[in-house]
Amino acid sequence: MTRIRINRRQLLAGSAVGAATLAAPALVRAQNGPLKVGVLLPRSGFEAAIGQDCQRGVDIAPPIFKSLGLPELTIMNGDTASNVDVAREHAEKLISDGAQLLVGAFDSGQTTAIAQVAEQKGIPLVINIAGAPAITEQGYKFVFRNFPTAITITADGFANQKEIFSIVGVEPKTAVFMRVNDTYGTAMSKGVAALMPKFNMPYKILEEISYDPAARDLSVEVAKAKATNAEVLLVVGRLNDALLMTRELIKQRWTPEAILSMGPGWYEDQYFKTLGKMSDGPISFVPWFDPNKKLAQTLEAAFVKAYPGSNMNTNQVFTFEALLVAADAYKRAGSTDPKALVDAIRKTDITDNVSVGPGIAFNAKGQNDKVKDSAIQNRGGKAVTIAPKEAANAKPEWPMKPYQNRA
Amino acid sequence: MTFDVYLNVAVAGILTGLVYGLMALGLSVIFGVVRVINFAHGEMMSIAMFLAVVLFSAFHLDPLIMLLPIAAVMFVFGYVLQAGLINPFMTRPEHSQFLLLVAVGIIIVNVLLIVFGPDARTVQTSYAYDSFQLGPVLVDASKAYAGVAAIVFAAGLFAFFRFSLVGKAIRACADNYTGALVVGLNVNRLYALSFALGTACVGAAGSMMTLIVDVTPNLGPTYTLLAFVIVITGGLGSMAGALLGGVLIGLTEALAGLLFTPSAKSMFAFAILVLVLLFRPQGLFSKRAT
Repeated sequence: MTRIRINRRQLLAGSAVGAATLAAPALVRAQNGPLKVGVLLPRSGFEAAIGQDCQRGVDIAPPIFKSLGLPELTIMNGDTASNVDVAREHAEKLISDGAQLLVGAFDSGQTTAIAQVAEQKGIPLVINIAGAPAITEQGYKFVFRNFPTAITITADGFANQKEIFSIVGVEPKTAVFMRVNDTYGTAMSKGVAALMPKFNMPYKILEEISYDPAARDLSVEVAKAKATNAEVLLVVGRLNDALLMTRELIKQRWTPEAILSMGPGWYEDQYFKTLGKMSDGPISFVPWFDPNKKLAQTLEAAFVKAYPGSNMNTNQVFTFEALLVAADAYKRAGSTDPKALVDAIRKTDITDNVSVGPGIAFNAKGQNDKVKDSAIQNRGGKAVTIAPKEAANAKPEWPMKPYQNRA
Repeated sequence: MTFDVYLNVAVAGILTGLVYGLMALGLSVIFGVVRVINFAHGEMMSIAMFLAVVLFSAFHLDPLIMLLPIAAVMFVFGYVLQAGLINPFMTRPEHSQFLLLVAVGIIIVNVLLIVFGPDARTVQTSYAYDSFQLGPVLVDASKAYAGVAAIVFAAGLFAFFRFSLVGKAIRACADNYTGALVVGLNVNRLYALSFALGTACVGAAGSMMTLIVDVTPNLGPTYTLLAFVIVITGGLGSMAGALLGGVLIGLTEALAGLLFTPSAKSMFAFAILVLVLLFRPQGLFSKRAT
């Protein structure tokens, strides 16, 4: 038997090689492991209900991504507390805790703050929902938005309104505009003022009434709107405002011909569940899902299975799509390096998606300018699509049934 | 805009202001007697609001019917809090009292967040959407019931302080601390009783407030601030001043929202506060300087 002699130097060298060999798979694993995605949403505060609604889009994503052959994501939850300063702090904290990509944050003001942090730290941010146009007009390199800007939502909204007017054969002459007084509401207000003349809308806005986003009572605001005797109530707000406003409309015995909402609030599940029959009628002009797309059907099936009795809406659709962008980019980048991820996101070309429009791709500013909006009307506890024609599955009901006749 | 619109908004503002006033009345009672500024006042009201919500959702008990039981529970809570926690701070500097009550407020908010979560909760009574047509005025039924209940509760409290022996003893204690000790009044017990009456007020106001607003744990600090605005405007320590201050603030917010922009209506309430502090620091309805 041959005796092998190993001296001290050989033993050290051998140990080093062995250690490197053992360590190598770990390094490879680290590089190919799940991408750490910090999901910032208003999980508490006055926007908590919508933040939690968005979270459902996160919760149902993993098995769908797996079936699509996309890599796994590790979700790190962050709460903006419906507050701009908290949003900024939590974005910084998520990044310092190891988040390699951020997703969020439903609210334009909070998203603006997060975008500044993402840009400063060089970590990509994929915006799920936020309509303020300025966010993608800052020349940011790390910020991407797969959601229409307030201007696009407004433009599509007016186009869809005109389509509805033509279907029902009615052209209202007067409207009163109630809007939330924050970044989003102000941006939408500017959009309405700029685009109404271009679309040659048949109605004139008699008065614009802005209100506090954390309002607890909208009785004065609704009284003021009612006093204008407008045919149509045009609104830009959120869930809390929609609930308060509807209650006041009922109490003050005012049913306008139509409630036209140019944003969220009026189609969320909590709106349907809280108001029951009183939730029927409002028309929302919103980014929505295309029920004819395969992935939309898959997502809706997963949603209904996970949350029986609930309806899928914008919040889940665009939060899911933001994660889809992240997973798709990570798959193509093959790395968690922020620059590689950003390059991959910039080259995104997803055609098998959920929202209305040709798919997900970003322009030089990081904006998906192909995403389209729908007109949906509340009917029997869920939303049906009434415009555009190619995506419609119901005809518009006009005028709204008076609240007093719904007992 | 027609006169009817102003009338409708003014009535709604007055009714809401009455409930605000009852809430502020509790703060005024506590300060007037115990000389402690309750920085957890709004948070205590949010406890009462959640009690009302839980009782309604579990047993369908109307907040108006539960007004007295909730006030009683809050009375006990206030008594225990004052006797057990605040009383040792009575002789300490004011900043210690301030920090103690701010801490109590923060604890209340966070406990409510842990127990109930951040979601807004609502009490959907059978009359939640009702309104009365009184000539040109359309009165919100929930606000009307809450406003009337606030008047009845405040009247009961005034009567208690004016006619009952205990009420008179509390007033004596507030007017002359040394004199109260000399005549043999149990001042510590009366302090706890006064604090308890203040929290009972806020309990009743909280129960009624659930008819008007949705309930979240984060409401507390907002209402603490509002209560301070009202009592400083009305006159810190003046019971009538608190109630009238509430009506004034409710009315101001409502009319300012109608005449100017609704999103700035709180600004007008604070503008009144600044004017009062500048030109009548003892408050609009208080005779003495505090």
